[in-house]
Amino acid sequence: MLRLILVFCFEKIIEFWVEFSKQNTTERGKTVETKAAIQLKNITKTFGSVVANKDVCLTVNRGEILSILGENGSGKTTLMNMISGIYFPDSGQIFIGGNEVVIRSPKDAFDYKIGMIHQHFKLVDVFSAAENIILGLKEKGKYDIKQAAKNIKEIADKYGFEIDPNKKIHEMSVSEKQTVEIIKVLYRGADILILDEPTAVLTPQETQKLFAVLRRMRDDGKAIIIITHKLHEVLSLSDRVAVLRKGEYVGTVNTAETNESELTEMMVGKKISLNIERSEPQNPQDRLVVKSLNCVNREGVKVLDDISFTARSGEILGIAGIAGSGQRELLEAIAGLQKLDNGEILYNNPKTGETDNLRDKTPMQIRELGVRLSFVPEDRLGMGLVGNMDIVDNMMLRSYRKGKSVFLQRKGPKDLAEHIIKDLEVVTPDANTPVRRLSGGNVQKVLVGREIAASPTVLMAAYPVRGLDINSSYTIYNLLNSQKKNGVAVIFVGEDLDVLIELCDRILVIGSGSVTGIVDGRTATKEEIGLLMTKSNGGGQNG
Amino acid sequence: MADVRTKQIREPLIHITKRDDVSFAKSTVIHLIGIAVALLISSLLIVAITGQNPLEIYKAMYEGVIGTPIANSGINKKYMESIHQAAILLCISLAVTPAFKMKFWNIGAEGQVLMGCLTSAYCMLEFGGKVDNSVLLVIMFAASVVVGAVWAIIPSICKAFWNTNETLFTLMMNYVAMTLVSYFIMVKDKSGRSDLGIINERTGYGYLPNLFDRNYIFNILIITVVTVLMFVYLKYSKQGYEISVVGESENTARYIGINVKKVIIRTVAISGAICGLVGFMIVAGDKHSIKSSIVDGQGFTAIMVSWMAKFNPILMIPISALIVFLSVGSKYATSAFRIDNSIGDILTSIVIFSIIACEFFTRYKVNFRKPKGRGKA
Repeated sequence: MLRLILVFCFEKIIEFWVEFSKQNTTERGKTVETKAAIQLKNITKTFGSVVANKDVCLTVNRGEILSILGENGSGKTTLMNMISGIYFPDSGQIFIGGNEVVIRSPKDAFDYKIGMIHQHFKLVDVFSAAENIILGLKEKGKYDIKQAAKNIKEIADKYGFEIDPNKKIHEMSVSEKQTVEIIKVLYRGADILILDEPTAVLTPQETQKLFAVLRRMRDDGKAIIIITHKLHEVLSLSDRVAVLRKGEYVGTVNTAETNESELTEMMVGKKISLNIERSEPQNPQDRLVVKSLNCVNREGVKVLDDISFTARSGEILGIAGIAGSGQRELLEAIAGLQKLDNGEILYNNPKTGETDNLRDKTPMQIRELGVRLSFVPEDRLGMGLVGNMDIVDNMMLRSYRKGKSVFLQRKGPKDLAEHIIKDLEVVTPDANTPVRRLSGGNVQKVLVGREIAASPTVLMAAYPVRGLDINSSYTIYNLLNSQKKNGVAVIFVGEDLDVLIELCDRILVIGSGSVTGIVDGRTATKEEIGLLMTKSNGGGQNG
Repeated sequence: MADVRTKQIREPLIHITKRDDVSFAKSTVIHLIGIAVALLISSLLIVAITGQNPLEIYKAMYEGVIGTPIANSGINKKYMESIHQAAILLCISLAVTPAFKMKFWNIGAEGQVLMGCLTSAYCMLEFGGKVDNSVLLVIMFAASVVVGAVWAIIPSICKAFWNTNETLFTLMMNYVAMTLVSYFIMVKDKSGRSDLGIINERTGYGYLPNLFDRNYIFNILIITVVTVLMFVYLKYSKQGYEISVVGESENTARYIGINVKKVIIRTVAISGAICGLVGFMIVAGDKHSIKSSIVDGQGFTAIMVSWMAKFNPILMIPISALIVFLSVGSKYATSAFRIDNSIGDILTSIVIFSIIACEFFTRYKVNFRKPKGRGKA
């Protein structure tokens, strides 16, 4: 009897199960006639104990630009990498054109007409645009460059790109290279385009051009996803915005019905003020006088061309320019890391009243002169910090030589590390965690914290908020501002013109290694600076 | 497109994710499992190739390393000899470590040790009997250390100033050293032998003093001191810190004002000097002879030891012991069972390979697909 009941129950369960799975499959198999190009359902991805994406649901329609907005580490790139076949989701479903698909490799993604334009271009420098575009295409017979060039021209004309198929990549500007990348995926027939931070490297003018092209592609029925953290771009370009926060999907809003502060709140999880305070410089004195610096790099290219300017105490001097216009060389020259062909770097010592020429001095010699120069380099983990060392050991970089002992004193650096972790709210398990494990914002806090702890008289910071989330960015702006109030001459190399205009007292614009203008931060406009950035006094690769 | 769609697979059966740092205990367990697996594979191979009982062979290997106490002496000769060999390998590994930590790929330890041997042998022949034995030992020690250092400094200067490839350079220096030794032997001994036999056999000039009736015990003491010093130097000294910074990122080193050239040359000199010291120990404390193959490839094995220990001097102790014990043991076992001695090499390499393979499991976690939905609504 008991057995009978058991068997009966068992049968029922099986019946139910079969029914259920049937229902499931019909639901899945049904081709939904919507305009959804791609649809994500409950996508989850974890790396070890870190949840990169949790139950993310997303829909992108044809003929639509969707922005994915989120701070660093919110899982934007991970999500896109799952669509483009680089990662495989732990759970969840992906639908393309209404059908569930499995994307296990970039090749699969390509078969589903998904094209991703990465932040870092993947192009062969010595090849021409056309050669790069057809590279790796499996077509029968010989490569027909001429036919390819013709096809490329067609695509370019259709969407309004400007491209010369025969130009070599190494002769191209960043924005031209980006054009090649975009055409590359279009040439392969992509219908769904994913762009990862496409405007990070562009001038305002180039950004406008790119947006025009993207709009035309949208009108042609393509689905476009753009990853960004710049709010004004989101508002001006996209139709809808999906917001991620710490790997979780917050929601999607129509761009027309939202505004900056609402988006920020969704992104950060709380209201924050987006204003950068700017105090009047107090008693500015000439601290660093740079006179006609010239520098030719190893390849024989003139990277600094007769650069002169003055940095004053109690003031933030911004440096604007297209990436690679000589900003790095300029700062490194001041820090004693770059040999100069001629010019002078005069430092007015506020303590002694003496003037020293820092040119051709090593960083050690500069320090021995009593010059308190702090430098936050662009390459944080490759120059400012050692990624594999813990926070304490990184604190020692500047100070380990102190004292006569042959042994290291870890007490001071440990205290400093604890202090910085507490004051700047560095998120880390402890002070003995290797800095490479920290997120970008926390790495930067550690670096800036250390440089400020040396109580500098000149503080140079190259792209200090690159890749940082809003909260961390504002922490950094506040730190720079407080240094300014302490009478430090702050030099800030930035890429976001909105920030430069809000933060800096004066802005030095450089183009192709020479100064193209110095404007007042209180009166300058973005367009004005943008024009100065592309103006060049002679030749140069962007000329 | 269609073929992709028809596949029903949700998730790959196995997928691999990166681990955070692995605890020491877990890593030890992984490595012990690795060695066990290696022994298992080796057993199968032994049965397949030789038909012998693998357990018997392992037992013979154990005896080959530990030996049986010699009657009436109380001293277990073999046991100490194995330790000594391991200590020599350990010391060479320690020598290459500072350079490796700086990412200076010094594969010239073989030659540097050999030059140390050559210098010691030369001093023994030249000054033996002319000066007091203790003075002679000091001369041999100092000269070997200096020559070893010089042998390493040459490529490091070229690296620091002209950025030459140190790997090729140090490798070539090995051959130069070997040729020099052959030349030396030819000059000293016209009979055309490949070694000079035991130098000062009757007089014992330039021999390290015996401890516990054994000449090489002294070496073990020296190497113990070197191990501790190296550990402290790398971890707690300012110079050790500079080595790490230069190794991790030359740009950072320049940025904080470290003189990179100086650090490269200094570190490689230390590396070479310890190699020279090993040369001195081999000649004065053990072999009392010289031939071009006296180092027996340990300069290269040391590279592996240093890497497997992740440049940690303390971890190098068990690793060099394991490698030496395996090779000593398998040599003994293969001759005891009269089987081809390449079986020993196969065994050793299987174990080493599996230890290296453990690296994969300490860095990554292998996840298996979980069985899905059991009637869950």
